[in-house]
Formats: sequence, C-alpha cells, structure tokens
Amino acid sequence: MATATVDHAGAFDTAVAADERIEPRDWMPDAYRATLVRQIAQHAHSEIIGMQPEANWITRAPSLRRKAILMAKVQDEAGHGLYLYSAAETLGTSRDDLLDKLHTGRQKYSSIFNYPTLTWADVGAIGWLVDGAAITNQVPLCRCSYGPYARAMVRICKEESFHQRQGYESLLALSRGTPAQHDMAQDAVNRWWWPSLMMFGPPDDESAHSAQSMAWKIKRHSNDDLRQRFVDIAVPQAESLGLTLPDPDLVWNESRGHYDFGPIDWTEFQQVLKGNGPCNDQRITQRRTAHDEGAWVREAAAAHAAKHRSSTTPGEETA
Amino acid sequence: MTAPTTPPRTTTPGALALADDALILAQRLGEWAGHAPVLEEDVALANIALDLLGQARVLYSLLGDEDELAYLREERAFRNTQLVEQPNGDFAHTIARQLYFSTYQHLLHTQLATAELPEATTPAGTTALEIQALATKAAKETAYHREHAELWTLRLGDGTTESHDRMQRAVDTLWRHTGELFQDLEGIQLDLPTLESDWHSSISQILHRATLTVPDGPRSGAWTAGAGRQGIHTEPFGRMLAEMQHLHRSHPGASW
Repeated sequence: MATATVDHAGAFDTAVAADERIEPRDWMPDAYRATLVRQIAQHAHSEIIGMQPEANWITRAPSLRRKAILMAKVQDEAGHGLYLYSAAETLGTSRDDLLDKLHTGRQKYSSIFNYPTLTWADVGAIGWLVDGAAITNQVPLCRCSYGPYARAMVRICKEESFHQRQGYESLLALSRGTPAQHDMAQDAVNRWWWPSLMMFGPPDDESAHSAQSMAWKIKRHSNDDLRQRFVDIAVPQAESLGLTLPDPDLVWNESRGHYDFGPIDWTEFQQVLKGNGPCNDQRITQRRTAHDEGAWVREAAAAHAAKHRSSTTPGEETA
Repeated sequence: MTAPTTPPRTTTPGALALADDALILAQRLGEWAGHAPVLEEDVALANIALDLLGQARVLYSLLGDEDELAYLREERAFRNTQLVEQPNGDFAHTIARQLYFSTYQHLLHTQLATAELPEATTPAGTTALEIQALATKAAKETAYHREHAELWTLRLGDGTTESHDRMQRAVDTLWRHTGELFQDLEGIQLDLPTLESDWHSSISQILHRATLTVPDGPRSGAWTAGAGRQGIHTEPFGRMLAEMQHLHRSHPGASW
C-alpha cells in the first residue's frame, strides 16, 4: 500500500513536471484535490453570484441592443457556472453539496460581487474592469494542470473576452456621450477600480495557498504579478476611453517598465471577505431565496421523472 | 371550446402587436435572471427572452426606430396582449403564461412562414415578405419555447401534489387572458379559426397529459374592456413600463 502510494505520487509529480494534464481517474494527492475543489467551486459560485449585480440592470437597460447584450451575458454566466460545477464534480463532489456550502457561507465567491451596481455605467465598468481582471487571472488557468478545469477555462475565456470588449464599448459610448453620461461613466470607474485590483487576492507575502498552487501548476503566476499585468493593460485603455483612474500615485516607472500604483486598502478587502461588504447579505439572501423558493419545482421534476421511469420501463430499476 | 365573448373593436397594426408581445414577455422573463429554481432554468429563460427580444427588434425595425417605439410610447399606445404583461408569479405561473403564449406564437409563426404571399410590388407586400422571413426564423425558436413550456407543464402538473395544485391554479388564473390572442391583426393574414382551434386542442391535450383540468371559464370578457390589442392594459403594466423606460427617458436624445 505504502509502496503503491509512493509510485502514484511519483507518477503524479512527473506528469505535473512534464506539463501533462491530470485527469479525473488519475491518482492525485488529497490536498491537490481539495485545493482544486475549493478553487473551482469558488470560481463557479462567483459566476452565479456575479449574475446578480448585472441582472439588476436587465429590466432597465437603456436601449434594446444593450438589453440583448446584457441578457446574453448573464445567460453566459449561468452557463459558466454550469461548466465549472461539472468540472468540480469530476473531483468527486456534487453540485448540490457545493451550492449548500455557498448558501451556508462555508465556501466563498469573488469579493467583487459584494459591491452594488448603482447606475447603468456600472454594467460597462464591470465588463471592462471586472471581466478584464477575471481574464487576466483566468487565461493562465487554460494551462492549469487539471484537465477538466483547463478545458472549461478555454471556453469561458473566449466568452469573457467578448464580454469585456462589449463593456469597454459601452463605457466608450457613455464617455463620448452627453456630459451626464460621461460623468456617469467616470463615477462608475471611480467606484470599481480598487475593488477590481483586489480581485487578484492578497499580496504575495500574505497569500496562503499560492506557493503550493504554483508548485502544482494550478496557478502559473503570483497575485502581484497578475495585478501588475492588469494595471499595465488598463491604464492605456482608460486613456483611450477618455476616463481617469482614481489613483494619484499611478505613474509610469521607466526603470521597472511598469506602472507604479498606490496602496490597496486591504482592511476593506478583509472586511468584504468577512461578510461586511455593501451587498454580502443581499447576494447570499437572494441566492438562498431562489434556491428555497425553487425547492418545490425541483421536487416536482424529481417526482415526475420517478413516475415516468416506473410507468414506462417497469424493469429498469432491477436492470 | 369557448369562443371569445368580446369581439375586437378595431384591428391593430399587426407588426406592432407582435413586436409588443415579444418585447413585453422578454421583459418579464428578464426579471427571472438570477432567481430561477435551477441554473438550467436561468439559462433557458434568458435564452427564450433573448429570442423574443430579437423578434421584437426585427419587427420594430419594420415600423421605425426600435428604441423610440420601445421607450417613448406610453401604456395606452402598447398593443401587446394582456397575457404577456402578467407578472411572473411563481414558476408555475410563468410556465402557464409561457405555455399559452408559446403555443400561440408557434402556431402563428408556422402559419405566417408557410403562407402564400402577394408579390412584393407594394410597401404592404414588402412588409409581408419581411414578416414572413422573420416568421420562418421565429417558428424554429418558438418550437423550442413551446417544448420547454410543455415539458415543464408535464413535470409540474404530474409531479407532486403541491406542484400539481400550483400549476392548476396558474392555468386557471391566466385562462381569462387567452381569448385576445385570436383577434384580427391589421396587415397580417391569418386563418384565425384554425389558429384558435389548433391552440385549444394542443393546450387541452397537454393539460390532460399533465393530469390537469382544462379551465372552463370564459377566455375574455367585460373585465378586459377591449384588451391589450386596443391599448387597454392591466394595472401592473404601467409600473413595468416605468421601470423599463426610466433610464432612457431620463436622458433625452442620448445614445447608448
């Protein structure tokens, strides 16, 4: 038994070192499995909770074209949630169990979705900044060592970059629109910039899971590296949008070849993670309410399926 | 079969009526986003809403500017049926509304898609051809919407006692709004008697299979006072439009 475990571990390490994909039936360390379940579940939950701030504007979208784009985006998010729950299920957990953990606060979702969408421009700012940050985080996951997760990310990243371009384009229309629209866009960027930077997680020296995740090739870059990459991309985009970023310390650093930026308010980040952000209660309550109020529908579907099975194919249960 | 007891007072521009039906139901379905009983239904309801919104946009574009038509008309100028503006209620209520409407819409678009049309030598002829092109696409979409509603009607009707009761209540409640689906639409050639009898037999069949009772109340009457096709709507509709139009109206002339 012990010898076999050592062999398995050796094969696993070799496969990871050779950039091969680990598949559901392959042996993997328990901690690798647990880390992946945690990360994929959190990612799935973020897609599902992330529907709320945007869905908040579906009924109020200011043109039919924008309404259609937003509906399609929220639909894609539900679809991404489904892919990701499926990927997590290949690790031996179930969607029901994961949803239960979300509803009871035992698993988290991205802190960004605890901020409110107060104006229409927030929808554009989420597309540009929040999806932009998500893509920066997620593109390296397309090469993650766990096959089902990596493949889900390939599909998701394609759709996310489409959403991000649409968000940028929506903000551009506002920025170039009437003075009131321009102000609306600037205000949204002011409110979403810092929370977007927090999406990359705590600084490298305080990130509990980073080192192990990088060794397992679940993660490919550190939080701070990805955050820097995002800032470097976002600054020129803000300039071409004709909008400013709310950071007086933001300046090009010739010697580093990167933008320097001001300090992040990690106290706020910790508060939001602890459940004390502006919308934590609201988001989880809506999720739980949808689930609880839908219980009779799921029970009906199960009862119907059971009846239908036994009435049409009586021998099936013994087969 | 119960014939509508209130005949239509005037005909309504057909393309506008069909566009308003599609837009208003899309708006109602959009309210479900993030609230559905299972994720698959979040996807399905959004998908149906998107199809309907697409149909509305094509039809509005035949009549003028889509955003002007959607955002700058008031309640009395909308020509959608009262059925589609009904609040979502519980999931059974939403499904009953979908069942009644999708069955109607699928039969209607199938008729329009296969109708013989006059040559496109007049503006009216051109519009008819464009509506036919839309109907050909919409017939495929609405076949899916109809199947979705039928499957849920079966699951809920023939599921648990609770789901059965909820589904029965929903089909009963909405029944009174189904008569107005079969009013004349100006500029749209339809065989209304066939449409209505096909609709009725299809609905009866599916309700029977779902162990539900076909409602026996009237399908329109004095309470509809002419109904949505004449711009007479139910009270929740004004509030719904206020929400839909508020932002657009707050920035006159802006583009988005």
